[in-house]
Amino acid sequence: MGVGGTHEAKTTYREAMREALRQALRSDDRVFLMGEDVGRYGGCFGVSLGLLEEFGPERVRDTPLSESAFVGAGIGAALSGMRPIVEIMTVNFSLLALDQILNNAATLLHMSGGQLPVPLVIRMTTGAGRQLAAQHSHSLEGWYAHIPGIRVLAPATLEDARHMLAPALADPDPVLIFEHGSLYNVSGELLPSTAPVDLDHAAIRRPGTDISLITYGGSLPKALAAADELAAEGISAEVIDLRTLRPLDDAAITVSVARTHRAVVVDEAWRTGSLAAEVSARIAEESFYDLDAPVERVCSAEVPMPYARRLEEAALPQVADIVAAAHRAVD
Amino acid sequence: MSLAHPTRTRKDSAPPKAGKRTTTTRGNGRAGVPSGRGDTGHRTDLLESMLRIRRFEERCVELYSAAKIRGFVHLYIGEEAVAVGINEALTPEDAVVSTYREHGHALARGITAEAAMAEMYGRTTGCSGGRGGSMHLFDASRRFYGGNAIVAGGLPLAAGLALADHMRGQPHVTCCFFGDGAFAEGEFHETANLAALWKLPVLLVCENNLYAMGTALERHEAQTDLAMRAASYGMVAWAVDGMDVEAVEQAARRAVEGVRTGTGPHFLELRTYRFRAHSMYDPDRYRHKAEIERWKERDPISLLTDRMRENGELGDDALARIEQGITDEIDHAVEAAEQAPEEPVEHLFHHVTSSSAEAVH
Ligand SMILES: Cc1ncc(C[n+]2csc(CCOP(=O)(O)OP(=O)(O)O)c2C)c(N)n1
Repeated sequence: MGVGGTHEAKTTYREAMREALRQALRSDDRVFLMGEDVGRYGGCFGVSLGLLEEFGPERVRDTPLSESAFVGAGIGAALSGMRPIVEIMTVNFSLLALDQILNNAATLLHMSGGQLPVPLVIRMTTGAGRQLAAQHSHSLEGWYAHIPGIRVLAPATLEDARHMLAPALADPDPVLIFEHGSLYNVSGELLPSTAPVDLDHAAIRRPGTDISLITYGGSLPKALAAADELAAEGISAEVIDLRTLRPLDDAAITVSVARTHRAVVVDEAWRTGSLAAEVSARIAEESFYDLDAPVERVCSAEVPMPYARRLEEAALPQVADIVAAAHRAVD
Repeated sequence: MSLAHPTRTRKDSAPPKAGKRTTTTRGNGRAGVPSGRGDTGHRTDLLESMLRIRRFEERCVELYSAAKIRGFVHLYIGEEAVAVGINEALTPEDAVVSTYREHGHALARGITAEAAMAEMYGRTTGCSGGRGGSMHLFDASRRFYGGNAIVAGGLPLAAGLALADHMRGQPHVTCCFFGDGAFAEGEFHETANLAALWKLPVLLVCENNLYAMGTALERHEAQTDLAMRAASYGMVAWAVDGMDVEAVEQAARRAVEGVRTGTGPHFLELRTYRFRAHSMYDPDRYRHKAEIERWKERDPISLLTDRMRENGELGDDALARIEQGITDEIDHAVEAAEQAPEEPVEHLFHHVTSSSAEAVH
């Protein structure tokens, strides 16, 4: 496991996330980080490296391999006035805590008639692309986006990695943050801004007029690369980063489609029952008469993610797939 | 071997004989063990508290049959000594986490019959604003955190509540109630490990009523000695006669005291029995009538009443006065629930997130 970010003045997504955690721990005594190997090991993706030394084992807390217990304990601590940040190694393992997330975190406020808000942040990695095979590579954030009572975030840029955590912690309700594993080593210059991210709105990452490429998280760099290729052919693609998967920013989608009349939804999850399915349905409901072509979807092949490199690549949405889908819509 | 009497590892799974007290349960005589108050006034309070739960639930049965209240309703009748005895050892600052069989825990905790009954009716004046019903009673002001209908689902929450108190140096205890059925769930074991590892101030209270719905203990646990299994996590654990409210109270005081001294979680197995079916839907085909009748000889309310009468602490008049007071209280609760407003359907989306409506009704 490499902890990237060697370049001067450049920051990695991993470092941006770490800086966000550091600031959260510094600025509020109620905040603590807990999860498997977040302390001594430094986080299984190196995100929390150094935080144990800085904040001590009470606030950077290594947990046993007990996803349900430590996520539930995060909920209990949040109920009692703390502001826990719980890290789950990957979304696949979060399924062992699904009961706590769905049956407790997402429902306690409602079941208690408004008495018990759960101000909890749960972070986890998601996604494929590193040949980790089927039990470490899936994109299940769309399942979580199905659940009322929680907010689901997918930071795709350095800025979002750095500045989404503070507003997530300020949210009185449970917030799930999905960090795509392939983004950790992405590096760039992070502007010294302190503005928190507006969690209610999608972002236009690249304006365009001919087609809307709607995506989030780990697929954003691919959509931007596809937009570059399309631009070279004279097709102006607008790239929308949803960044909040629940609640979805419907307006951003409708306004964009009203401008471009064509949409490609890019989502690394499986197509069946995916977030891409939800976005497509909403476009059909709200933007039907604006459309000049059927909505296109670029999703992962419906197989458990294979280990072999060429098979994994074939299963995942690639830049060429996005470009081809755009062509089908435009031509 | 009758279904409810695992004989392999437990010699005392049959109801303890009336009048005899199991020796393990009494705190009296142990050095340094805090005891219950043990006076007449206190015993009267215990009796009244158990009777309130009993009569409240008997009324729920009537109201359920009259279709006034609906949903899954799990009665606590027969187990009242546990809620009342445990609650005696807790302060208002302590936290309580409970299950779907929580009417007794809620009432013992001080949620009024009125607020609980209104919740059964699904009215806005209910302790969960009508969103929870019988299985989801909550009261944040009393640190009563439910009302959890997922078997073992409350255990991790209890660890977290305790963790928060622990991290802030608060002397509070979190008490978590759950049934014997929870022992088969991973969440029990994850939580026991976590709580013992981190020395969290949790009191784990297992209400062993010998059945998980229709499945008898020896048919769902390979090892039926529950206190021993809890002890294997490195916590103080022992079994108590759950039909004797004073024994429960003494054990609870000792356990809570232990938790408060910072030695980590303590575990109590309360050997008890539910006299009614698992829920109002359950035809109760899996138990012998004779077994139920045998346990009824150890009815916690009669047990305490008899003891008080023997000691000359309770006369017919006094008992009648207590009963009348409770009847009035519950009559009033039912009337109030009948008249309480129903929430308008326009409020459907309230409390989904904190911004979806005002936070507290
Ligand atoms: C995770 C889960 N599985 C199954 C059920 C269905 N169920 C409700 S109560 C119950 C029995 C639990 O028995 P026990 O824990 O002994 O508690 P008791 O009802 O005896 O108080 C079951 C199986 C559930 N609510 N949650």
